[in-house]
Parts: sequence; C-alpha cells; structure tokens
Amino acid sequence: MSGHVAPKTMYYAVFLALLAGTGLTVAAAFFDMGAMNNVVMLAIASIKALLVILFFMHVRWSTRLTWVVVASGFFWLLIMFGLTMTDYFSRGWVEGTWR
Amino acid sequence: MATEGNIHARPIAIQPAPAGPYVHEAHHPWLQHHFDSMTQQAEASTLGMWVFLVTEIMFFGGLFMAYLVYRHASPSGFQEASHHLNIYWGTANTAILIISSLTMALAVRSAQTSQPRGTQVLFLFLTIVLGLAFLGIKAIEYTDKFKDRIVPGPNFHWEGTHAKAAEQFYSLYFAMTGLHALHMIIGVGIMSVILVMAWWRIFDEEYYTPVEVAGLYWHFVDIVWIFLFPLLYLIGRHYHAG
Repeated sequence: MSGHVAPKTMYYAVFLALLAGTGLTVAAAFFDMGAMNNVVMLAIASIKALLVILFFMHVRWSTRLTWVVVASGFFWLLIMFGLTMTDYFSRGWVEGTWR
Repeated sequence: MATEGNIHARPIAIQPAPAGPYVHEAHHPWLQHHFDSMTQQAEASTLGMWVFLVTEIMFFGGLFMAYLVYRHASPSGFQEASHHLNIYWGTANTAILIISSLTMALAVRSAQTSQPRGTQVLFLFLTIVLGLAFLGIKAIEYTDKFKDRIVPGPNFHWEGTHAKAAEQFYSLYFAMTGLHALHMIIGVGIMSVILVMAWWRIFDEEYYTPVEVAGLYWHFVDIVWIFLFPLLYLIGRHYHAG
C-alpha cells in the first residue's frame, strides 16, 4: 500500500507546536485585551486544530475528495453559526423586534 | 462438529473456480472483493470515516452554537461562571490529550512501517493510559462541582451576581464536556480493540487501515477539546469580580 509515511521528527515538531500553542493561549488569557481575547484564543485554537488535521490526521497527504469532505464539514458549521448569529446580533436593531 | 452424521446436512460440492475473468486471483487476505487494490480500500475507509467525522462536527457544532447564543446574551455572566473552573486541571488535561495524540500518531506510524507488535502495542497502550488519565481528572473536576453545588438543577447554588447565567454556563459545561468524555470512553474502547488486533500482528505496511481510522477518531476528539478548553476555562481569567 502506498500510504505516506511522515518522518518522526515531523510528529515531534507538530507536538511541540501544539504544546507551545496551549502555553500561549493560557498566558494570553490572563491579559485583559477586551474583545481581542476571544480573537487570540480562537485563532490559536484554529491553528492547533489545523495542525492536528493536516499532519496527525494525514489530510495533508489525503485525496482531493477527502479534502473536499473535510472542508465541507467546517463550511456547514460556519453556515450554522453565521445564519444563526445574524438573527441574534440583529435583534433589537428595529424597535419591537427584540424576542 | 457432528455434521457428518447429520442426514439433513447437504453435501457441499466444491466447485472448481470458473475459467476466464472470474478466476479468484491471489490477493492480500484483508482485501475485500469489491475493491481493486489495498490503496483504494484504504482511501474508501478514510473517506467514510471523514464523512462520519463531519456529522460529528455538526453534532458538537450544535452545542457550540448554543454556547455562542447564551454567551452572547450574558457575556459577563459567562466570565464570572468560567472563573470558577480550575485552570490547572484544564491545562493539564489539554496537555494530556496532546501527548495522547502524539502517541496515537506514532502508533499509526509504527503500523505503517511494519514495526514489531511490541512497539505498536506500546503506543496504543500509552494512548489508552493517557485517555484514562484525562477521564480521571475530569472525574475529580466533576466531583468538585458537585461538592460546590454548581451542578445545574434545584440545588444549584451560586455566590455571585449572575446566578442565572452561571447556571446556563454550567449546563453547557456539563453537556459539552460530558459528550466529549463519552467520546473519550468510546475512544478508549476502540483503542482496546485495536490494541488486541495489533497484538495479533494484523497490522503492517500493507494493511493498517483500522489503526489509521481509529486514529482519525481519537484526533477528532482531541480537536473538540482544543476548542472546549479556551471557551470554557479561559474566558474568565482576566475577569474582575464585581
């Protein structure tokens, strides 16, 4: 079978990056940056998730079809978040529309 | 078996393999007949697992959606409630899951490179132990929450200004971490089966799909925690009570 075998050093590098990301996000949480706290937190989490998906889950070496399925999962998730929050964010913008 | 003495047992005539394109050619024992090659079979399994994981993304996604809506409704209440979670246990569990993802990835790699079964079993064993360590810490945390009476329900007790939002936060906390813990328990079960299969020397560079696919599940559960940890444990760290 022709599965891609990644070098061990790559797994260790990704592992160290994930630990560093964890340390960074914990440290950042103690600084009051207002709304930026959420941005930093979610950016670090997204990068960590991306590292796991691409390297630990071998999507980097998977077929195009797998790429499409993986991307579609997150795309539908964003549709759910996006469409739902357009409702919640806009409530009360027009008088009488709150709840 | 007593089939020989059973007069109702029909004799099974062993037919010679038909000539022509239907000859049963020699193939890998784990190659199923509806696949052309081991590579095609492995790709189909991987794709199928990802389709399942997409449904899992939407499954957890519903809970993340609920979190987003309720946190949007009472941001400071969620911060106050989050402050009560133990950041040390949360960080330790994040590290434990990341280490377990490494041992999982190395377990897949050891099968991919036809390592001796001892190596494969060791990495799978470490993955299981780390998974159980995660669940143990989760049990300690849950116990503390029960002791502190911040489990949603009639006995919910909150010393703070946002009792209602705190109860909503802890409802989501238990639902999300509970569903995640259930996935961990299932993951430990799956890994136990894979460990036995590795002990039976089933996996090598020709055939390692079960380890690979089980690994996808394990890493997915890790990814869910990567998002749960900051959203639950870290949003209240810079919060000033009042």
